[in-house]
Amino acid sequence: MVSIWQEMFSYSFMVRAVLVGSAVSLCAALLGVSLVLKRYSMIGDGLSHVGFGALSIAMAMNLAPLKIAVPVVVIAAFFLLRISQNSKIKGDAAIGLISSSAIAIGVTVTSLTSGLNADINSYMFGSVLAMTSSDVKISIVLSVIVFLLFLICYDRIFATTFDESFAKATGVNVEVYNMLIAFLTAITIVLGMRIMGTMLISSLIIFPALTSMRIFNSFKRVMISSGIISVVCFFVGMTVSFLYSTPAGASVVLVNAAVFLLFSIIGLVIRRR
Amino acid sequence: MAILSCKNLNVQYDNQVALKDVNFDLEDGDYLCIIGDNGSGKSTLMKSILGLVTPKSGSIQYGAQLKNHDIGYLPQQTIVQRDFPASVYEVVLSGCLNKRGWRPFYSKEEKQRAINNLKKLKIEHLKNKCYRDLSGGQQQRVLIARALCASEKILLLDEPVTGLDPVTTKHLYDIIEELNRDYKMSIIMVTHDMNSGLEHATKILRLNKEVVFYGTPDEYLCFTNSCHHIGAVKHG
Repeated sequence: MVSIWQEMFSYSFMVRAVLVGSAVSLCAALLGVSLVLKRYSMIGDGLSHVGFGALSIAMAMNLAPLKIAVPVVVIAAFFLLRISQNSKIKGDAAIGLISSSAIAIGVTVTSLTSGLNADINSYMFGSVLAMTSSDVKISIVLSVIVFLLFLICYDRIFATTFDESFAKATGVNVEVYNMLIAFLTAITIVLGMRIMGTMLISSLIIFPALTSMRIFNSFKRVMISSGIISVVCFFVGMTVSFLYSTPAGASVVLVNAAVFLLFSIIGLVIRRR
Repeated sequence: MAILSCKNLNVQYDNQVALKDVNFDLEDGDYLCIIGDNGSGKSTLMKSILGLVTPKSGSIQYGAQLKNHDIGYLPQQTIVQRDFPASVYEVVLSGCLNKRGWRPFYSKEEKQRAINNLKKLKIEHLKNKCYRDLSGGQQQRVLIARALCASEKILLLDEPVTGLDPVTTKHLYDIIEELNRDYKMSIIMVTHDMNSGLEHATKILRLNKEVVFYGTPDEYLCFTNSCHHIGAVKHG
């Protein structure tokens, strides 16, 4: 096993992908607990589609992908949050509209400029080759910021997740924390989507939270377990992908799905007793 | 001394009038029941008091004894909470958030305060239980304990007995009465349950967009039997 990892890490692109991926998995899992409980998990899905549109445009214009995608997706996050909370179009329908439009824009722009090619495929389903070393630096810095902000605001995030009206009544600025979560989610998604792919990145947000909730009964434990599960699953997924040449993003999702099933069964057994 | 006074309060949603010229004073230690039909503005009044709704005109003034956000609130349960993985202790502790300012973690006193309130409501044994595994009555006690962490002076309850069985309902009313009697907390409760309102409260406020009646339960009985000889009874 050790020799497999030695071989795996002898490729510098693998080192980069694992570094960025682990950092992103951790952030996504922490944010995911709050998003899933607030019934906002589809926002993650919507944002990744917007990210795809932004990346395609950046690619077509020969601009640095992260510098375009991060601001665009952050703006989209604020917008999606707003319409999920108060609008005449229902939140899930609005997310559907925005996601499909963003995908359509991305595909059209790419086919007009470079033609539908391997790039599109790697945006859709992820690629471990996508990371440059400057991407790694940006990703690690942003992940650390996400993690620290999350830690500092942990109690307030708990309060707003559990009971928005009580939190508001006791003077927590609920809007600010909702925005903060949306903002951090947007950054996390953009960072992760090039490894995991547009179609698969939202699994990093949803799976670890749901998996942990099968077994654990306190918010803190669910958080800690989500973080650990997410990073472990990512690592195992990458190893599997390296060993059997399976697509990286898909392998990570499959490992997550397997762990989810395992935890569901354990949860059922515990509750039966 | 008034702990809360509502002056010419007007609230509108879009173009719908929700509350019109609401005036009343709540004295320290009062137990107020807000009653009225659906859509009469009960919840809106509650939200205005909590600062969740901005009034169109008029004001709600808090007595000097209530510093910023020194209000305990028992909201109606939401769907989110039904399957929420949180321990009882975590939920109760989150009530201390309003006193914390910008400190990132809870202090020892705040943790002790949470424990004390668990004891006060006789749910200390549930401390490490998961909130979603509790019965409806136990969940309400947990949320009251959380509200007590936020304030020891005033407690607002939004239809607290909805969905509870009669025995649990009685226990809940007993707790609220105890808080009012023994701990001198002011209580404001929105309720559909007129009878227990009349039994426990010291003041009744009947709303129908505007104040239909404000006074003591005895006066209210008199009012509903349409004997209007008590001049000061009818406001609005």
